[in-house]
Amino acid sequence: MAAPQTLFEKIWNNHLVIEEPDCPVVLYIDLQLIHEVTSPQAFSALRDQGLKVRQPSRTVATADHSIPTHDRTLPIADVMAAKQIKQLDDNCREFGIPLHGLGSPNQGIVHIIGPELGLTQPGMTIVCGDSHTSTHGAFGALAFGIGTTEVEHVLATQCLLQRKPETFEVRIDGVLKPFVTAKDIILALIARIGVGGGVGSVLEYTGSAMRALSMDGRMTVCNMSIEGGAKAGMIAPDDTTIEYMAGREFAPKGAAWDEAVKRWKSLPSDAGAKYDKTITLDASAMEPMITYGTNPGMGIAIGAPVPQLSEMADESSRKALAHALEYMALEPGKPLLGRPVDVVFIGSCTNARISDLREAARVIKGRKVTPTTRVLVVPGSQQVKKQAEAEGLPKIFLDAGCEWREPGCSMCIAMNGDEVPAGKYAVSTSNRNFEGRQGKGSRTFLASPLTAAASAVAGKVADVRQLI
Amino acid sequence: MESFTKLTSRVVPIPNESIDTDIIIPARYLKATDKVGMDRFLFRDWRFNEDGTPIPSFILNQPRAEGCKILLAGKNFGTGSSREHAPWALTAFGFRAVISTSFADIFRSNALKNSLLPVVVPADVHEELFKLVEADQKLELTIDLASQILTLPGGKSVSFPIDNFSKQCMLAGVDQLGYIQKQDTHIRAFEASHPAMVVTTAK
Repeated sequence: MAAPQTLFEKIWNNHLVIEEPDCPVVLYIDLQLIHEVTSPQAFSALRDQGLKVRQPSRTVATADHSIPTHDRTLPIADVMAAKQIKQLDDNCREFGIPLHGLGSPNQGIVHIIGPELGLTQPGMTIVCGDSHTSTHGAFGALAFGIGTTEVEHVLATQCLLQRKPETFEVRIDGVLKPFVTAKDIILALIARIGVGGGVGSVLEYTGSAMRALSMDGRMTVCNMSIEGGAKAGMIAPDDTTIEYMAGREFAPKGAAWDEAVKRWKSLPSDAGAKYDKTITLDASAMEPMITYGTNPGMGIAIGAPVPQLSEMADESSRKALAHALEYMALEPGKPLLGRPVDVVFIGSCTNARISDLREAARVIKGRKVTPTTRVLVVPGSQQVKKQAEAEGLPKIFLDAGCEWREPGCSMCIAMNGDEVPAGKYAVSTSNRNFEGRQGKGSRTFLASPLTAAASAVAGKVADVRQLI
Repeated sequence: MESFTKLTSRVVPIPNESIDTDIIIPARYLKATDKVGMDRFLFRDWRFNEDGTPIPSFILNQPRAEGCKILLAGKNFGTGSSREHAPWALTAFGFRAVISTSFADIFRSNALKNSLLPVVVPADVHEELFKLVEADQKLELTIDLASQILTLPGGKSVSFPIDNFSKQCMLAGVDQLGYIQKQDTHIRAFEASHPAMVVTTAK
């Protein structure tokens, strides 16, 4: 009998094209997602070498990073962004790649449209020139971010050279307390393992707390696997996954559906499969989380004080904390709760799916956001926007004093003019609190949509449980 | 790709741990559609004021950084985004090697494809290197890729890991794409036996 295999190993082995001695393996890629920022130089390289895209039908593009989120009927004011978006249009046309660009009813953040169109499926290998490609692992796919040279490799050959990563089981059992969400789970994990804790590994999230999450919640968890340094994050497909897939535009239909479901059900890790590492967390002990520093590992429970320098393990970490607190203009030992907030951003590939907007709306409904706090709500895709409209969510946000915007990456990466001003504080549902991430000099507290919405109403960092 | 064999250079120390890709090159400079002039954006927000004037206290603005090809960085370098603009900016500035205790996976992969050598050293060596470089700003290190040896001026040496495939590509200065293209028969065979799970062009 064959040795028991993990979910990762099954997908890895099923995509090996060839493995020569002393060489990385050639891994076949089922789907490559393309966006405007990390692809232009790859297409130029193809052109320079006279190469074609090997499999346009296993490639799909959208525009998300540098696009404006205001009125789309206006021309794009930023000349460089406009050029980049036009180049994406031109490249897709020249190489025959389907593009869900501006104006398409399917446009949106690349990691939101893949799943909602049913392009993301269990058992697939998926890559994109974007680190948050780990999102798609929520379906039991092996999905990871790559650089532009690798984008070129996949365009040209539909393959990548890869070294086998280690497997790292993150087992999370227990029932989350009310108002504690998927975002809090992943922030708690990264606070525990650090931003380098997953380097060289693929995380597989297991345990009853993961089984209990919706697909949207699972995507939030897998999305931020990269913030723990992991190559990818994965969750085995189950009935929740299959139910989500059913009826999606690109999901298999008829007899092909039955076959696919059978294949998907064979993917979960076998009993007795070995991981290189395992960590266990208790969901029932988790609190709403918020970050205080300049990397996503610098996170605390919402009511906890910012750590003291003396709590750090070594000199390097003490210096890192001191540097972060100087940038953030925060004092060690003091809580974040109650600190005034200038901006609240509800959006990004981490938290701009319909359930995220519903949660935020649930808190904001019938209330007003503080007038001195700018609140942006940016749906993750045109489909999310349409669904939100059908449910009356924009009116809730607009009546409360929030901005309701067009889909895109927006203030998560601040490439499109949606920026947190220098020195200002933002509670953000995005994934990175790096220096300057949300605009030069911006100061970011990462948190869940519930915490962001509560903070928008309070005008300061707030615990949603005290508001409701 | 430029070949990398042996390098002797003075060193720029930046001891911050977990230097992320947004520090290496902020996202607002990712709108370029080519790779030209990326050195201007390297460590942009640590290096320049809002008005573009240099911040004198930042090491890359000091004479000691001139001509340095080795960056000695704090622990866990290159965390964050997949942007290959990070190694493009580092190499455009003149760096050919970065020394740290570990590298983020995507950064490492990107660096190796741009002839920028990620050199992983143990924590004690890492600490010692910072002390040595602070004590003697003119100190030179030698990195020999063929033997995978980093040599300090006193003759002390330490070996560093690199997978043999990437090493051979860097030594010869060849792009990794050629290797994949040579496997075309195998790729065809794989495609013949593995029907596409999705067809993105289907209407």
